[in-house]
Amino acid sequence: MLRFILKRLLSLGLSLLAASVVIFVAIEVIPGDPASYMLGINAQADTVAALREELGLNVTGFARYSGWVSGMLHGDFGTSYTYRTPVTDMISDRIMVSLPLAIYALTLSTLIAFPAGILAASRRGTAADVSIMGVTQLGVAVPNFWFAMLLVLVFSINLRWFSAGGFPGWDQGLFAGLKALTLPAIALALPQASILARVMRSALIDTMSEDFIRTARAKGLSKSQALWRHALRNAMIPVLTIIGLQFSFLLAGAIIIENVFFLPGLGRLVFQSISQRDLIVVESVVMLLVFAVVIVTFVVDITYAAVDPRLRGRA
Amino acid sequence: MRFLTPKLALAGALAICTTVAQAETTAITVGMQLEPPHLDPTGAAAGAIDSIVYANIFEGLTRFAADGAILPALAESWTISDDGLIYTFTLHSGVTFHDASAMDAEDVVFSLNRARAEDSTNAQKALFEGIDTVEALDATTVKITLSAPNGAFLFNLAWGDAVIVASESIKDAKTHPIGTGPFVFTNWVQGDRIEITRNVDYWGTPARLEKATFKFISDPTAAFAAVMAEDVDVFPAFPAPENLLQFEQDSRFQVIVGSTEGETILAINNKMPPFDNVKIREAVAHAIDRQSIIDGAMFGYGTPIGTHFAPHHPDYMDLTGQSNYDPDLAKSLLAEAGYPDGFETTLKLPPPSYARRGGEIIAAQLRDVGITVEISNLEWAQWLEQVFRGYDFGLTIVSHTEPMDIGIYARPEYYFQYDSAPFQQLMEDLNAATDPAARATILKSAQQMIADDYVNGYLFQLANTTVANAKIVGLWKNAPTQANDLTAIYWND
Amino acid sequence: MQNPGFIRAALHNRSFIIGLALAMLFVGAALLSYFWTPYDVTRLDIAHKLQTPSGVHWFGTDHLGRDIFAMIMVGARTSIAVAVVAVGIGILLGVPLGLAAAVRKESLLDEVIMRTNDLVFAFPALLIAIMITAVFGPSAINAIIAIGIFNIPVFARLSRGAALSLWQRDFILSARVAGKNAAQISFEHILPNILNLLIVQGTIQFSLGILAEAGLSYVGLGAQPPIPSWGRMLAESQTMISFAPHLALFPGFAIVLTVLGLNLMGDGLRDLFDPKLRRRHV
Repeated sequence: MLRFILKRLLSLGLSLLAASVVIFVAIEVIPGDPASYMLGINAQADTVAALREELGLNVTGFARYSGWVSGMLHGDFGTSYTYRTPVTDMISDRIMVSLPLAIYALTLSTLIAFPAGILAASRRGTAADVSIMGVTQLGVAVPNFWFAMLLVLVFSINLRWFSAGGFPGWDQGLFAGLKALTLPAIALALPQASILARVMRSALIDTMSEDFIRTARAKGLSKSQALWRHALRNAMIPVLTIIGLQFSFLLAGAIIIENVFFLPGLGRLVFQSISQRDLIVVESVVMLLVFAVVIVTFVVDITYAAVDPRLRGRA
Repeated sequence: MRFLTPKLALAGALAICTTVAQAETTAITVGMQLEPPHLDPTGAAAGAIDSIVYANIFEGLTRFAADGAILPALAESWTISDDGLIYTFTLHSGVTFHDASAMDAEDVVFSLNRARAEDSTNAQKALFEGIDTVEALDATTVKITLSAPNGAFLFNLAWGDAVIVASESIKDAKTHPIGTGPFVFTNWVQGDRIEITRNVDYWGTPARLEKATFKFISDPTAAFAAVMAEDVDVFPAFPAPENLLQFEQDSRFQVIVGSTEGETILAINNKMPPFDNVKIREAVAHAIDRQSIIDGAMFGYGTPIGTHFAPHHPDYMDLTGQSNYDPDLAKSLLAEAGYPDGFETTLKLPPPSYARRGGEIIAAQLRDVGITVEISNLEWAQWLEQVFRGYDFGLTIVSHTEPMDIGIYARPEYYFQYDSAPFQQLMEDLNAATDPAARATILKSAQQMIADDYVNGYLFQLANTTVANAKIVGLWKNAPTQANDLTAIYWND
Repeated sequence: MQNPGFIRAALHNRSFIIGLALAMLFVGAALLSYFWTPYDVTRLDIAHKLQTPSGVHWFGTDHLGRDIFAMIMVGARTSIAVAVVAVGIGILLGVPLGLAAAVRKESLLDEVIMRTNDLVFAFPALLIAIMITAVFGPSAINAIIAIGIFNIPVFARLSRGAALSLWQRDFILSARVAGKNAAQISFEHILPNILNLLIVQGTIQFSLGILAEAGLSYVGLGAQPPIPSWGRMLAESQTMISFAPHLALFPGFAIVLTVLGLNLMGDGLRDLFDPKLRRRHV
């Protein structure tokens, strides 16, 4: 097991290194200059040059790359070109929106998906199953940003229950913060819940047909007893994998939803920074998001290996 | 003290402000589409900076009034030598910065020299180009010597880029601006809002508001909902003209329609064939139906223009007739120029909706006369790179929001590349002229000249549409510069 | 696959039939739009903007007076073209990579291919798409590339996994004994056996591609005007949703129905190809 973990750790390190190179190169070739963006159309060439000097843009790409990477290892992402504040501070501010949003959406999706998936699996073939599966089919097909627009139309513009966007900040109280995140979380949760419910259902159905369940039922357990006592626990492995993947997706993938609701989260930060050519911010956030996904995958792999020793061979 | 809504603010105002006899709402929330990158108006072109700090936090020697006139600000008065070269400013005495340090002639010398220095990062450095020396004669007297007469000098000093800053505090101005204005910067929650409060030690007439919050809402739908829910009290330059009708029909709100300094033009690459032929540019001008662009892209808000000049300016000439909508004439001009079947070109559009929507309409109108345009929607950074600096475009749409910027036509390297010796001469004459009547004549010939040369397609003057709570008084109707001057605003409740 | 039994089964598979019908509706609309649309989608009519659905304009008109029904038809073309080509890229590049990786499990080649796959998976897809368009400018082609890149690992993984188990099978061993090399075996014996799997996955990726294209053009990174696209129609309708909701409803329905159709079709195909599953389903 230790050898397996070490091997995975090595490949994790290599992945992150490769990712940092890819990200840096990809972002450096983006045409457009942060200094001329900031100074606008009346700026003179010498002014732009002076600002480039001030921003430290006049050194070689390699020097900037090594500076960036060595800074990151110390938890320092550098200073934003546009905002002139430490990128680390900007990111931690934004995480305070993106992370709660991801957790909120995931909680909602789990709360919807578990009962729905279990109900569908235990009443397989009944009207309940068919209608749950129908709704989840629809849920998977709805683009979340369109769903978000409809939510705004109904709950913000017509009913005025929620504001159509923006985030007041946690200093305005937990309730105000959660309220602002509610519509975005619902919009994000719907497709995720649909996927999760489907996975839950099929995982349960698969385990229910396995030998140990048959044995348990032969010993006199009713179908629902078998489901609750044995099948559910075994079905959790694929379900938890999906939840893990969904979490990292939500962290990075909320970008469109953050735009619809104008939430100051990580996705919006990247979007904004790309348009301002605040490259150091883009690089750092993308790197962070990749890091999150790689770590989640790593944890999922290790958990799998711990549960099922056969998988350790496949490093 | 934290003000959530005007009602809460009311309670707060009672508690703090004993001098106000009658209970008055003294807090305001102003919606803005763009968040400024930082708050130093002397270090970036971002209009969002001026929208917050101009006249509120920072002040210059002179300033723009709501009608665009130039008024004294930190300078109480001034004299100009007969040759127009020496300006002697007398400063108000007893002015302090928000950190309680005194504002004197040395600060003026520092600010102006910093703006025009070799390593200056001032986005409008050209404003200061004619300055030869800046000297402090005593604590309240500053002498500025120009290398040549400049009739627009007092106007130039009114820009947000020319505000007076202190050498001790300018380093931190990007995140904590310290000026002399009627409001003091208090807080910035990045991505959400900036808060300013009344400067109790202000040298001039104090502001009537206790506190103002600028809230950043970039998405037009969210802006609409925020105003509707009264989360925001004022939204200047409301981003979606299509929603204004709904506000007009709602008695809770007022919609103030004025004018900006933004001449919205279909800029033409004058050096790129076939646009180097004036006949082709004339054909383009006649192929465009301004009114349908104003109706379609701006939902009726905007004033047609026929040259690069603001219609509310006293010297404006209405030359729209010279480039009236006449597709048949456009076709025959194209044939005359040797392109009876039209040609292909590019139309590169920056993000604002006037450009994106206007671009689709213009593309359709040009297609009707045989010109095929390939649209590409660009972000600002790409636009600057490709269009503005790369000259890699046939056509583009952009609103030139700087006040009195007809001088850009005298710069042959400017992105639309109009290179005309007579026009450049006119601008030199204009700079040398200090007599208002002479200036007016020159400005009129300049307008006529660029209209005759069909340098660009002149579309419309961008409207300044402000949505506000019906009870708010004192808002600027027009936008002579990017600013939200809050000093005169109060609630009439 | 072509036997009458399969067709009979297909005709009795409700998911497949409904899905096929929905998908064909939009493919048909896309094809028809090459020959006929009720109005020219590039033709603006500002005087008749924002009209509600009527006999004249079945789905109403947009803010520039264009016919929404016609735009949905032509928009189907954009969506389908982008998704099909993107999935094609994924199959053409991903399948050979997966098959190559499966030839020798845990070889260096396998490691490199699979780790690269993981790396691509780790990148936030939409951000990469945004970066690609920041470099090359927004266009349908760049949307295709952005979506295509993320389809490669999907097919590489799928074909590797399926191929690995096939390599253990007797008929592969006998092909080896007969002197065929790895490439021949992969393409002559393994590929035909994983084709069903690829078709099912292809259908699902196709529907994800439609969603991705809608998302990209919603943020302005897809096909450029005047070519209509569903995502951009949604983006443009956003500020008008309070007084002209039909602008947002029709393109949204188009996306949902197309994706739903493709997903149902995919589910149906999976059942049809996998009789074991089908038995369980009944």
